[in-house]
Amino acid sequence: MHDSPDPGDRRDAVCVVGAGASGLTAVKNLRELGFQVDCYERETSVGGAWNWRHDRSPVYAGAHLISSRPLTEFPDFPMPDSWPDYPHHSQVLSYLERYSAHFGLGEHIWFGTEVVSAVPTGDGGWEVTTQSTGGGASRTSRYAALVVANGHNWEPRRPEIPGEFRGRVLHAAAYKDPSLLRGRKVLVVGGGNTGCDIAVDAAQQASRVWHSTRRGYWYAPKYVLGRPADQVADRLLRWRLPVRLRQWLYRRTVALTTGDLTRFGVPAPDHQPYESHPVVTSQLPYYLGHGRITPVPDVRAFDGPAVELADGSRIEPDLVITATGYRPRFEFLAPELLDADEHGRPDLHLHAFARKHPTLVVIGLVQPDSGLFPLAHWQSVAAARWLRLRRTDPARATAVQQKESAKPLAAWSRRRVVKTERHWFEVDHVDYLRSLESLLTEMEPAA
Amino acid sequence: MTAFDLIRFRDWTDPVPPAEREVASLLPDDDEGHPPVLFVPGREHGAAVFAEHWLPRTAGRGFPAHALTPRPGGDPRARAHDVVQTAASLPRQTVLVGHGSGAAAVARALGRYPARAAVLVAPVLGTPVPGLPMLGGRRRTVPPRPVGAPPVLVVGSPDDKVVSPKALDRAAAAYGGAPLMFPGMGHEMMLEDSWAEPIDAILDWLTKQL
Repeated sequence: MHDSPDPGDRRDAVCVVGAGASGLTAVKNLRELGFQVDCYERETSVGGAWNWRHDRSPVYAGAHLISSRPLTEFPDFPMPDSWPDYPHHSQVLSYLERYSAHFGLGEHIWFGTEVVSAVPTGDGGWEVTTQSTGGGASRTSRYAALVVANGHNWEPRRPEIPGEFRGRVLHAAAYKDPSLLRGRKVLVVGGGNTGCDIAVDAAQQASRVWHSTRRGYWYAPKYVLGRPADQVADRLLRWRLPVRLRQWLYRRTVALTTGDLTRFGVPAPDHQPYESHPVVTSQLPYYLGHGRITPVPDVRAFDGPAVELADGSRIEPDLVITATGYRPRFEFLAPELLDADEHGRPDLHLHAFARKHPTLVVIGLVQPDSGLFPLAHWQSVAAARWLRLRRTDPARATAVQQKESAKPLAAWSRRRVVKTERHWFEVDHVDYLRSLESLLTEMEPAA
Repeated sequence: MTAFDLIRFRDWTDPVPPAEREVASLLPDDDEGHPPVLFVPGREHGAAVFAEHWLPRTAGRGFPAHALTPRPGGDPRARAHDVVQTAASLPRQTVLVGHGSGAAAVARALGRYPARAAVLVAPVLGTPVPGLPMLGGRRRTVPPRPVGAPPVLVVGSPDDKVVSPKALDRAAAAYGGAPLMFPGMGHEMMLEDSWAEPIDAILDWLTKQL
């Protein structure tokens, strides 16, 4: 494998961090363009977030996709068409395992190995130090490029709630099985997809369920007009309807299907449709309508057995589950490499390409209004072609970089979204793919 | 459309519905790690057309061999979908071999699935023009650029009554090569007495590519 006198010098090889969906597609697409790849995965198997056996997996027993199959699968490796519209998380894992086996990716992955630091060498290369997950001696190797695909849904973002609580508080990351909820009084905090799913689980298991959200959301049903809702929404995008018209249609559709949830006490959305990450749940309105879930406002403080809410009322749950999301974490990289601000928000071109380090790419750090896998696939195709162009035609690579770096953020992230940490990486999948397509076309050899 | 095909509204909003697909398989005695080979027949045939000669020969040379009958009556998109679904269901990156109009389904599938390699045998790549006889009465279609840049081989015969030598040249040129010719053979190469010559040549080529 090593053709250099220094066994730690991997020359033109690329280092990929993580063997979840984004890492796997990075390995595949780099290999496809002829790159040697070493992928480091801290767990002992592939799948990342979708592998429930993994420490850092956020999936819970009942988790199903919220984007339908055609908008979720890798564009060059379809999920079986006999699968349901919205597969279960265990099916997604088996899909990723088959993807890895089908393309022979396993032999390029070092399992049980964690990247502890990655430092630029100054000549475009990277010194990557790895360690086996259980400890042990570390090892440093040199690579020509670094592709980071370590996921961004594993480091819990815990709300700061003042006071002491006598019951149990759990972040959704640690929630796995609805048996935990059986017969208990449960408060679920957070109105995102996970918060809604857990509230629905609780509605079927717990003796009492409160659902606390800071703001109102647009809760889209999974099916409209007899089709998966995202497929219907993409039809509107296909017709290039202006966003205002799409927002009007969205409001009409919600009015005709889910209906007005404020009559159950849910706050009205403080933003227009498409201005926050889509929350897709058909079951939340159902259980609200059956009185199994009581909507409550934001949590203000804990006080012994009680939880004090923003409207001054108090409730006494046994268990509080905070479904307040995750924050991105790159502990093996100095923050300036990603141009991260003081809040830890990286500033990357297309949320992928480091601005000052042309051999550093992050795959999968986007929140699309579709499945993530197609975007991660095309990001890694673009990364592989970019790294190849740097090698085969440096002058052209420089020209492409100059042109791309001049593009304003609005060129690839047109969505106006609610300004919260949750929406740092929010993109419209069609706009985003068009931007990647333009980058790919720019890198094509001149005809 | 650009050389890349990122925006797939049709597939996203109107996915091809699932269908039962018949797949005939013959596995080699020992797994030598060779990629599976998936044969795709033209519209006038089913998987059975490969069962007598080409499937056993392929398995005999150590390749897991499969032949697909795409859904009956499917449009070109549905037929290509059936090829991609079957290829993706196999355990390893698959070699696609299409015959006649099956080659058109394979050519279209190559725009969707990164095959290990592909072979177009006596390919009928155009779409038929209604009211005109099959020979020549076809609209020329440009096949999509294959994803993953697999090696592609075009195989044919100068004596094929269905596909002209010119059409073979054109098909091979679309993939940057020249056709491999077997004079004296007709269109149904896998059924003729000399069936062994083309499949042996295909498997030799494949072995060289791997």
